[in-house]
Amino acid sequence: MPSPTSRPAIVVEGLGKHFGEVEALKDVSFEVPRGAVLGLLGPNGAGKTTSVRILTTLLPPDTGSAHVLGLDVTTHRQEVRSSIGLAGQYAAVDEFLTARENLLMVGRLTHLGRAEIRARADELLAQFDLADAADDRQVRTFSGGMRRRLDLAAALVHRPPVLFLDEPTTGLDPKGRNDLWATIEQLVEGGTTLLLTTQYLEEADRLADRIVVIDHGTVIAEGTAVELKARLGATVLELGFAGHEDTARAGGVLAPLGEPTVEGSVLRLTVDDGARSMLTAVRALDDAGLEPATAALREPTLDDVFLALTGRRADDTGPDDAAAPPDGTTGAPRARGAA
Amino acid sequence: MATTTVDPAATAGTGPAAGPGAPVARHTAVADALTLTWRNLLNLRRKPQLIVFATIQPVIFVLMFRFVFGGAINVPGTSYVNYLMAGIFVQTVTFGALSTGVGLAEDMTNGLIDRFRSLPMARSAVLVGRTLADLCRNVFVVALMAVVGFLVGFRWETNALAFSAGLGVVLLFAFALSWMFAFVGMTVGDAETAQAASFPILAPLVFASSAFVPLDTMPGWLQAFAEHQPVSITVDAVRALLLGGPTAGPVLKALLWMVAIVAVFAPLAIARYRRV
Ligand SMILES: Nc1ncnc2c1ncn2[C@@H]1O[C@H](COP(=O)(O)OP(=O)(O)O)[C@@H](O)[C@H]1O
Ligand SMILES: [Mg+2]
Repeated sequence: MPSPTSRPAIVVEGLGKHFGEVEALKDVSFEVPRGAVLGLLGPNGAGKTTSVRILTTLLPPDTGSAHVLGLDVTTHRQEVRSSIGLAGQYAAVDEFLTARENLLMVGRLTHLGRAEIRARADELLAQFDLADAADDRQVRTFSGGMRRRLDLAAALVHRPPVLFLDEPTTGLDPKGRNDLWATIEQLVEGGTTLLLTTQYLEEADRLADRIVVIDHGTVIAEGTAVELKARLGATVLELGFAGHEDTARAGGVLAPLGEPTVEGSVLRLTVDDGARSMLTAVRALDDAGLEPATAALREPTLDDVFLALTGRRADDTGPDDAAAPPDGTTGAPRARGAA
Repeated sequence: MATTTVDPAATAGTGPAAGPGAPVARHTAVADALTLTWRNLLNLRRKPQLIVFATIQPVIFVLMFRFVFGGAINVPGTSYVNYLMAGIFVQTVTFGALSTGVGLAEDMTNGLIDRFRSLPMARSAVLVGRTLADLCRNVFVVALMAVVGFLVGFRWETNALAFSAGLGVVLLFAFALSWMFAFVGMTVGDAETAQAASFPILAPLVFASSAFVPLDTMPGWLQAFAEHQPVSITVDAVRALLLGGPTAGPVLKALLWMVAIVAVFAPLAIARYRRV
């Protein structure tokens, strides 16, 4: 292959794509070094799936270019396909086959040898904890978590060096999400290059070396999780008040500490030093005769990143934006701990 | 149900995968198509409603036409059940062709087509695998209907060879139609719409034809259409093979229709497949 090992595994330059009136991607550029994990972070309708579909040869871009392992995804599709694994936003497995049959099918379609197909299926079923349900159940009887694991296993059958996961944990319960995270971590330890899309900062934080934040088809920030959080302040101080008037007054009082944002009767402040800021804030409020009804310190979420970067909330998307997942799950790990 | 599955492992390429830069080799295209044929047949076997659609419904049609309409319809030169069978074979596979479109539309909705398109497999395999699986289904259905036909009094008036050739023409016609509905399924993209979009195409083809009644009972303007449309042409060819009369001309005309249908719709369906 015409690519020196120094070249990044994925190179995206000035990607643009529109569907009718909708500009799904405006000008997206990023790179993923070999063996690295990139988190493509953005709200519903940001253009994550469109980016993944272009990179996996499913959709031609209008403008710009994308290369995987040095191969152009529009002109060298078959070669790119030999090198990538894709687990899309919704598990793409055959409901009426068993788990093993699904993996055998993918093995045959990726042209592995007969013995290797069988061995690989055994190996993946064990690795993804599906061995017990591999033969006597059709996939339609599987839980959401089992389906996702099978979908991921199917993407790995031919040992692709580059892997794309589009919102791999959307719709999973917390246990399922944690299990899948652990599995993905194991995978990338083996040197696989991974591009992962997510709506959850927590997920990108846990899995990704670098994060690219996109919104309305544009990259709005890029960096490591630490860098992004530093831009933001390490923690979020969240204070709830009895009424809107109090909240507004508190906003004035706390202005010296940062840039308070007010939503209803809740006031948020991103701060560097959580505990100290909390103390300072409570003292200042006390001096002003204000008493918060709730007070909490929490890790920043995508919402906070958004608020800081764009001045609006992540789920505050336009009417033309992508619909919710068909299974109706929006199980976001957005911890909203209250003190 | 009988096991009509094809084991792709028996035929799958034993050679190494095509290297980077190499186009998908022909043996790979065949192996990929057979893999998906196997997968589609497994699906078929495990969907009870499809088995009902594929078997019980045609049997009921044979019985109904034989015993309900058989007394009321007079055909020249033969018994109605003998006249009927050619028509009912073709009618069944014609309506059955819409399941090709429905199946492809389902694969599109549930994301499987995306998975297939992201794999280094032959582009033609999804469509060929689907149409081949539907051909296997039709072999089974046609055989079952033939048995039921014999039980209710059908007898060929030619010979076993001509009868077999007649069934062959039915199956080829079914395969050609599959490509038409593959295109419909790839175009509309969801199962219900595929079904809804197919019926208005199918109903006039099947009923404004020589399948169940001689054409000379129809008004002149309808006859003009009915005489030349592919279902009538195919029914006439099959009927000639089952009941006698000149066969070369009708069979040739039927084959020409099939070639035309595949020549138009296979490229359209493949172009659709590459674009979705
Ligand atoms: N096939 C399509 N036809 C029309 N609009 C589309 C299509 N795919 C995506 N879009 C639109 O493009 C934008 C980006 O979508 P998508 O890439 O799916 O976002 P995300 O995956 O980040 O939620 C959305 O506004 C969406 O409605
Ligand atoms: Mg998406």
